[in-house]
Amino acid sequence: MSADGLGGLRVGVVTFPGSLDDVDAARAVRLAGGEAVALWHGDHDLRGVDAVVLPGGFSYGDYLRCGAIARFAPVMTEVVEAAGRGVPVLGICNGFQVLCESHLLPGALIRNDHRKFGCLDQRLVIENARTAWTSDYTEGQEVTVALKNGEGSYVADAATLDRLEGEGQVVARYVGANPNGSQRAIAGVTNAAGNVVGLMPHPEHAVEDLCGPGTDGLGFFTSVLARAASFS
Amino acid sequence: MPEPAASPVLSSLDTVSRAGADPDRDQPWAELGLKPDEYARIREILGRRPTSSELAMYSVMWSEHCSYKSSKVHLKQFSEIPQETRRGKMLAGIGENAGVIDIGQGYAVTFKVESHNHPSYVEPYQGAATGVGGIVRDILAMGARPVAVMDPLRFGPLDAPDTHRVLPGIVAGVGGYGNCLGLPNIGGEAVFDATYLGNPLVNALCVGVLRHEDLHLAKASGAGNLVVLYGARTGGDGIGGVSVLASETFSDGGPTKRPSVQVGDPFQEKLLIECTLELFAAGVVAGIQDLGGAGLSCATSELASAGDGGMHVDLERVPLRDSSLAPEEILMSESQERMMAVVEPADVERFLAICERWDVEATVIGEVTEGERLQIDWHGERVVDVPPRSVAHDGPTYQRPFARPDEQDALQADRAEDLPRPSGGEELRGTLLRLLASPNLCDKSWITDQYDRYVRGNTVLAQPSDAGMVRVDEETGLGVAVSTDCNGRFARLDPYAGAQLALAESHRNVAAGGAVPLAISDCLNFGSPEDPAVMWQFAEACRGLKDACVELGIPVTGGNVSLYNQTGETAILPTPVVAVLGVIDDVTRRTPTGFTAAGHRVLLLGETREELSGSEWAHVVHGHLGGLPPRVDLGAEAALAALLAEAGPGRGLLGGAHDLSDGGLAQALAESSLARGIGCTVELPGDPFVALFAESTARCLVTVAPEQEAELLALAGEHGVPVTALGSTGGDVLEVGTFAVPVEELRTAWTATLPAALG
Repeated sequence: MSADGLGGLRVGVVTFPGSLDDVDAARAVRLAGGEAVALWHGDHDLRGVDAVVLPGGFSYGDYLRCGAIARFAPVMTEVVEAAGRGVPVLGICNGFQVLCESHLLPGALIRNDHRKFGCLDQRLVIENARTAWTSDYTEGQEVTVALKNGEGSYVADAATLDRLEGEGQVVARYVGANPNGSQRAIAGVTNAAGNVVGLMPHPEHAVEDLCGPGTDGLGFFTSVLARAASFS
Repeated sequence: MPEPAASPVLSSLDTVSRAGADPDRDQPWAELGLKPDEYARIREILGRRPTSSELAMYSVMWSEHCSYKSSKVHLKQFSEIPQETRRGKMLAGIGENAGVIDIGQGYAVTFKVESHNHPSYVEPYQGAATGVGGIVRDILAMGARPVAVMDPLRFGPLDAPDTHRVLPGIVAGVGGYGNCLGLPNIGGEAVFDATYLGNPLVNALCVGVLRHEDLHLAKASGAGNLVVLYGARTGGDGIGGVSVLASETFSDGGPTKRPSVQVGDPFQEKLLIECTLELFAAGVVAGIQDLGGAGLSCATSELASAGDGGMHVDLERVPLRDSSLAPEEILMSESQERMMAVVEPADVERFLAICERWDVEATVIGEVTEGERLQIDWHGERVVDVPPRSVAHDGPTYQRPFARPDEQDALQADRAEDLPRPSGGEELRGTLLRLLASPNLCDKSWITDQYDRYVRGNTVLAQPSDAGMVRVDEETGLGVAVSTDCNGRFARLDPYAGAQLALAESHRNVAAGGAVPLAISDCLNFGSPEDPAVMWQFAEACRGLKDACVELGIPVTGGNVSLYNQTGETAILPTPVVAVLGVIDDVTRRTPTGFTAAGHRVLLLGETREELSGSEWAHVVHGHLGGLPPRVDLGAEAALAALLAEAGPGRGLLGGAHDLSDGGLAQALAESSLARGIGCTVELPGDPFVALFAESTARCLVTVAPEQEAELLALAGEHGVPVTALGSTGGDVLEVGTFAVPVEELRTAWTATLPAALG
């Protein structure tokens, strides 16, 4: 489907206090051909969007624990409810942490094993191209996007990790040196239904040749727009 | 109310009426850093002794850090430089929180670099973090959205134990604060020298963007308008930070100064940014000022003295983190993440509602008055009644003695050109690799990878590019480029030339990416002004900078002075950091840094002379500092910049570019190859050692497709820029005349140093 045909599709981007990459997520939605809709943490309202992005940043300063306070924001009641209905939800970096704290995704994200913030151009391999956010990729495809986090080390108990791998719920893994100590080099996971995806790397920072490591990240946004179009 | 512990300030309430009734009370003016004549002057201004609150205000505002008392006689020459750029008149100049320049298309930018050196030595993480926070609020106060930060840093030797305490903390602090604000860090410097061991330098730069009509100035005008304090609550942190920390030399055995360092909360600052920008957009801000050094003392006196009336404040309305704080401490507190606005009464309700939406606490603490006094009450009792100008602007001015030290002649006579040199391919190869791996020239990604360079999605160039570049307008591609530079060794050898060389290098870095340099901000880091030799360095650097700005047609938009950077008798290398900001009309036409394709021709622009004194080669190989720095040729710098703009964005002739500075051509060739793993084969003109390691200025390495070489040569001729054809790009080896180094071997040498030292 051409980008023109997607123009009417609306993707909400939530701004929490301390969200930083909300402007970038909105730009990625626009460049993918959709309409970005600003959503406010304090509103019980998703404004009828077709999909939701929880962006990167330091919601509530990441005080207490990353994502632990944002999870209680009024808008999250609606996000959890919409996710249950199958509305696509993508959590990037801090958004991934919020999804884990909200129990929409299993596991947790802890301090990088090297204990420093790291900003890198990171290679990933897409392992599941059947989710709402990855259908424009092929399984086994390698992509390069930005990675920037201080608490990006994905952890879960062994049984959960086995189940994620067994059910194909690992969406992407790091290629090359593990940048943050994530177990089994997991960079992103999905729920069983494939509509909720959490990613530690930032595809929204790889949507223009000029201002980031290439355009490999655009596929996450074109994927969800194509899917939303097929539902509408 | 409990007594504040260990405060030098009297805790029992001292009022204006009591000051009149008890004129001869002993006051702790000396402990607060005031000199006897300064205290006498305060008494003269007031016609009585100051209250303890007034004494607190004068002492912080008249400190070196706030009053520039030692430096202002030299700084005032910067306002003689024509206050316009190639894009028109400056919209705000020196004296505002930060200068504002027109960049076209209705946009303006504001930028400034400031120091946070002393706090960062005492408490590296918080010192550096609050340095970033402070400069960001300065930019915000002009009405601009902060869009990028940069941090020029200086440390002691990489192998010194204290560097391993200071450096990781400073880097984590810069990153921890800036990353949490969502501001890309697009460059900066990290330089190591023994003189910075007890005096690391943390300079922080911020760039902000605004539309012309959004410019806001710090003034309190219109009697009846309300004074609103918003942001974080006021606590006991940073009390006396300015006067105690920034205006004294550290000495062994003194009391710990940790409590004077402020603690930052970047989350609160992020809310403050978004809240303030929404307040501007709603049109409810009549005047605004950030709270930084000297806290409320500074904000109230500066706002009131810039306006057309006086100001009255009820100090007990200030929201406190610690309810036991005395009025003197509230006035001196340097708690971070606070702003003060002047708001028309009709707008106050909307102002407070916007703050509430962002969970930012806002309190009306006073109003603009008809009179000419700044009057502050504490529970109805007057504790301050002063002419605000006398606090903010009429501080002492020192004509510090300065003199060229006698040993300068001997230093300049001890030339690096006379040192033993490597010869033959193998020795040159070894020297290149040794320099490439040396702390000042090695890969800095151990540092810069801790900074978010991508957030906001407009970063076009960042480290290790010559300059940082951000897009300002997504539709038109309008953008700005910024670089900060200073070679302190050059400044030590000749401070007049050294300051000009700092400007020249920064200018060249901005030009290399294709931007047109417009204006500078400076951060002048020096030792004790009480040493006539240091004061001479400072005076010479100011004179050099002013003359260079006049010659290049570039104004100084503002800056900062940091003195007393010395441990005992040892001053730091004079370090006048110069930040140049340039504009580029379409960032998609920028020139990338380094080699971008195989088969390009490699050309050296500019002239190489036998100039080795102060060079990295002399420093690394011989531990030598002496002689005269490279010759300054600002005409050649201007011609080079004009050529780079026309050949790059103008005609699209350049494959890539890289400026020549520290480490000379050897370093530029190596870094150009390392950028994308593309090697080259070049022949060196003349003496190969001089060709590789001399640090002559006004030079740049460029690449061009063979079919466009003739056009570039003709254009260089028109601009009067000499060109030397060196060879071609390609392969995965750097082949230089008689020796060759695989690019992977370069990479190993270049990248290993900082991780090996710092873990």
